[in-house]
Amino acid sequence: MSRKPFVREVSTTRWYFKHPRYLRYMSREVTCVFIGAFALLLLCAVERLSEGQAAYESFLAALQGPWSVAGLVVVLVFAIHNATSWFNVTPKALPVQIGEEFLPGKFIVIAHYAVWVVATLVILYFAGVR
Amino acid sequence: MAKSNKPIVWSLFAAGGTLAAFLAPVLVLLFLLAALGHAPALLGFANLHAFAAGWFGKLFLLVVITLFLWHAAHRLRITLHDFGLRQDGVVAPVLYVVAAVGTVLSVVSLVRI
Repeated sequence: MSRKPFVREVSTTRWYFKHPRYLRYMSREVTCVFIGAFALLLLCAVERLSEGQAAYESFLAALQGPWSVAGLVVVLVFAIHNATSWFNVTPKALPVQIGEEFLPGKFIVIAHYAVWVVATLVILYFAGVR
Repeated sequence: MAKSNKPIVWSLFAAGGTLAAFLAPVLVLLFLLAALGHAPALLGFANLHAFAAGWFGKLFLLVVITLFLWHAAHRLRITLHDFGLRQDGVVAPVLYVVAAVGTVLSVVSLVRI
């Protein structure tokens, strides 16, 4: 061992503040917290639904209020961030080869965004949002 | 050859992430409208109960809840490591057990509807 070993000073808890690219990576990763929280909210809704009308309607009443609205706005922002960051890497995950050539990545990304818009509009229509 | 659960949890992560990308924003929006006091017709008791009573509604809700849960559990496992929590031997079982319990609870609730 050399007399002056090289020690890299990298914090294991704050390393992602070193470069904007690391922060963008972490912003993508933390979307999972909000997806998970929303899954638990959906589970709660289904559980109360299974208990009958009174239980479900008290769940809907408890859902109303400024804190719920603020929380769901944050969840919505991270859900959209998950969607856009997920779709933007689809050319890497699903390259489409046609003969010798690869389909340009932008077509794959645009196709995902198009399906996303259509699915969103169909669900809004089905849910009765006018 | 050593056996690994990675292909299983990774495929659940990828499937859940794709489903969340397409569906999570609009589903969150429906609940946001309900929180604002303008619950869409589908979230009314009679409509949602009728939806969840059919096989398609049951399957839809089951797939959405469980894949979102397993996606979040696997990604959070990696993210906690990135935040400096180097205890994968504890973190991974806890998160996967939460996802598994959520899966069982959603099946039980949906069967009762």
